[in-house]
Amino acid sequence: MSTTADSLHLTPHEARDAEHHADHKPGFFTRWFMSTNHKDIGTLYLIFAIIAGVIGGSISGIMRWELMEPGIQVLNRAWPIGAGTANFDEWTHHWNVLITAHGLIMVFFTVMPAMMGGFGNWFVPLMIGAPDMAFPRMNNISFWLLVPSFLLLLGSTFVSGGTGLGAGTGWTLYAPLSTSGSSGPAVDMVIFSLHLAGAASILGAINFITTIFNMRAPGMTLHKMPLFVWSVLVTAFLLLLSLPVLAGAITMLLTDRNFGTTFFDASGGGNVVLYQHLFWFFGHPEVYIMIIPGFGMVSQIVATFSRKPVFGYLGMAYAMVSIGVIGFVVWAHHMFTTGMSVDEKMYFTAATMVIAVPTGVKIFSWIATMWGGSLTFETPMLFAIGFIFLFTVGGVTGVVLANGGVDNYFQDTYYVVAHFHYVLSLGAIFAIFGGFYYWFPKMSGRMYNELLGKLHFFIMFIGVNIVFFPMHFLGLDAMPRRIPDYTPAYAHWNYVSTIGYMITIAGVALFFVNLFWSLAAGKKASGNPWGEGATTLEWTLPSPPPFHQFSTLPRID
Amino acid sequence: MRRIGWAIALAAAWLTPSAATAQAASAPAPAQTSAAAPAATPPAGTAQNPGKPDVGQPAIVPGSVGHMIPTPGIGEPDGRKGLQDQVNPIGREASTFHDNWLLPLCAVISIFVLGLLLWAMIRYRRSVNPTPSRNSHNTTIEVIWTLLPVLILVGIAIPSIRLLRHQYSPPPADLTVKVTGHQWYWSYEYPDNGVSFDSYMLKEKDDPTRQANQRYRTDADGPRLLAADQRIVIPAGKVVKFIVTADDVIHSFAVPAFWIKQDANPGQLRETWAKVDRPGVYFGQCSELCGARHAFMPIAVEVVPPAQFAAWVASKGGHMAGAAPAAPDSTASSPVSQSNIAAAAQPTPPAPAPGAAPAVQQPATAQNK
Repeated sequence: MSTTADSLHLTPHEARDAEHHADHKPGFFTRWFMSTNHKDIGTLYLIFAIIAGVIGGSISGIMRWELMEPGIQVLNRAWPIGAGTANFDEWTHHWNVLITAHGLIMVFFTVMPAMMGGFGNWFVPLMIGAPDMAFPRMNNISFWLLVPSFLLLLGSTFVSGGTGLGAGTGWTLYAPLSTSGSSGPAVDMVIFSLHLAGAASILGAINFITTIFNMRAPGMTLHKMPLFVWSVLVTAFLLLLSLPVLAGAITMLLTDRNFGTTFFDASGGGNVVLYQHLFWFFGHPEVYIMIIPGFGMVSQIVATFSRKPVFGYLGMAYAMVSIGVIGFVVWAHHMFTTGMSVDEKMYFTAATMVIAVPTGVKIFSWIATMWGGSLTFETPMLFAIGFIFLFTVGGVTGVVLANGGVDNYFQDTYYVVAHFHYVLSLGAIFAIFGGFYYWFPKMSGRMYNELLGKLHFFIMFIGVNIVFFPMHFLGLDAMPRRIPDYTPAYAHWNYVSTIGYMITIAGVALFFVNLFWSLAAGKKASGNPWGEGATTLEWTLPSPPPFHQFSTLPRID
Repeated sequence: MRRIGWAIALAAAWLTPSAATAQAASAPAPAQTSAAAPAATPPAGTAQNPGKPDVGQPAIVPGSVGHMIPTPGIGEPDGRKGLQDQVNPIGREASTFHDNWLLPLCAVISIFVLGLLLWAMIRYRRSVNPTPSRNSHNTTIEVIWTLLPVLILVGIAIPSIRLLRHQYSPPPADLTVKVTGHQWYWSYEYPDNGVSFDSYMLKEKDDPTRQANQRYRTDADGPRLLAADQRIVIPAGKVVKFIVTADDVIHSFAVPAFWIKQDANPGQLRETWAKVDRPGVYFGQCSELCGARHAFMPIAVEVVPPAQFAAWVASKGGHMAGAAPAAPDSTASSPVSQSNIAAAAQPTPPAPAPGAAPAVQQPATAQNK
């Protein structure tokens, strides 16, 4: 106890205060708006991610509603975005705004804040036995940069983006659609939004790396760290190395748009494909940024509910490291139809397929962890098992798409949409839900309702599969992405997909019922509600943990 | 076509009446046109409302070159759960690779993982196995599940690389077509033949944004949103090189039945090729987000026997490569010409109002944004 206080050079009064009031919390405004506490900041991130997820998910509802039948029947209605317009081009531009917003919100404002900001902040210090993050004030600015960033993105839908209100460029912001193709301030606002979100993530990544390298409890070597901490460490490096490239690329967009440069304009010696190389040099690590923390969470959950240590711990940790490393050298498989040389295509085909090897190691190690275990199927375990299967399905279609020759057919079809929603919407989101149920008792001090949780899982599992599995059929029949209207042959499976969305929404509604009911009236959770399988340090603390924990550092044998 | 029947049955059996109705409404229409073979009789679409000729509907001869009647289920989507029929060697190689190797592999791996998960869930549930084992390492099995995927991937990579090599080894081209993407239409140019024209999507007859003098889509033109007013016509059995570019934003030139997709990058020329043996009509859509009407700039390719191709080139005012250029034809070289051979054969073709075609981009309902 005194060790921490001494090292902080506190006045005697403050030191006594810290000793006797370890759980003393500051007032509301100071606590939530000027927070330096990793758990409070994690909570803020989770609330932020839930709000953003509801917005992003509602946008996908509008899209599925529009796609339910051929023709334009939803975009022409009055919406907050582009309300009251009668111009056909503005309707269809509105569609492009929706797909852009859905992609950016889900990537930058839902999955990343939930996984890194939320669970990373909450549980990395707890799992390594640290009192807090290394840079608590930087932690705070990481979160509060995200808020104006999100407001800029939402605000961009109310200003002109060229054809209509909002940025209709797709989340990839390909030049020249995002430069000469979109006049008006909307795309500039989106670029600034990404600058801020990127800066926030870089600061967060620095914080995680420093914390994990310097603040592990005595005896906790790197090879004793829980796999979730490993996953956050790998992800933090991916963020740190990839986001500056995105920042550079979108800054070049900004100067192309406003200051007469021609980085991506052939008339001035630029190259439109250069933007895609820069974007995907960031963009491919980004997809691992969204899934690797999920790997970590699933590892913790599977081990806990199998009541066994993780099978092949070192293999699991270094599989994540190698996925992260290889993830940096495969980016151009997103660009197979831009017109590359045959050698480029062969290299990126082969390199991409290599990623399947460490991914396969992870899948099989999770199953081997279950093998011989003593399994119970609480809600987090159901989500983790669902994750393993659905991520496998998304993974094998990824191997199909890795083939550059095959992509002459599949690129930019619904097959790709099905693939990345299987790994993200059914992979990352399932991991987030699993992690949320797993740690909800620890974070809130209350148990969630197990029946509602299981219902949520089963309804959502059925729903998302009905949404996304038919998209494989649409893609095989060559339906292009990003279209608000389609030829009648695609009507059937689009209709089915929209029905699936409705089922999914019912499942997610149960999540919110469960969340609010459990926060208000859930039964009190013990320090370790999961029993002997939960061996990481956060379960040694009471639920919820004290405002400041590990004033005396734990020793790891 | 063969799968539409059960698709309807499935729709009717599985889903609410509205989906079944939508499917049933769409399916019979192409079914009326006889499979293959350009039919001489006008199909239902042109025959309806015979007493009320639309001012913008030029009398075309369905089935004539440039207006071949598409075969349902070939060169266009039909709601199947598989790849579109491939009509050239590269496409057949790639689709065989997918159907006979990649797809079964995906299914086997997914089912294998699912089986392991289910077995573990049943065999090792707590009530059956109350005492967990403590095993956390098994070097042999870890080596196996690392090396086995490597072998499988090598098994994928070999045919995959071979496919790439074939795609990048085109025979000498017999014909070159330059494709330019615009917001939101395509223009095609046959540089060796002196032919060029623009190609717009054909709107529905009841589309309020259709100008009165714009030709509307009939079922002889192809499915809704896929039919184009001017098709690319290429000779069967010849190697056709497509030079692809764009003049505003990135588009993507795609014909699924040929297994080709090439982004149209402004300021760059990219090349792809196809050698199609089967005469027919093949549809594709722009495959890179290009702005508001990305969904409404289809690609329609008509493959005809070489003799008909020569006739089509002549009717466009062009000439076969090597032959002397024909006298310049203002109709054919007009970039936004609404003309076609049937119209040209007519004594009084409808005047291609210069403003009409660009007006395609601007809906009638709201000219001022």
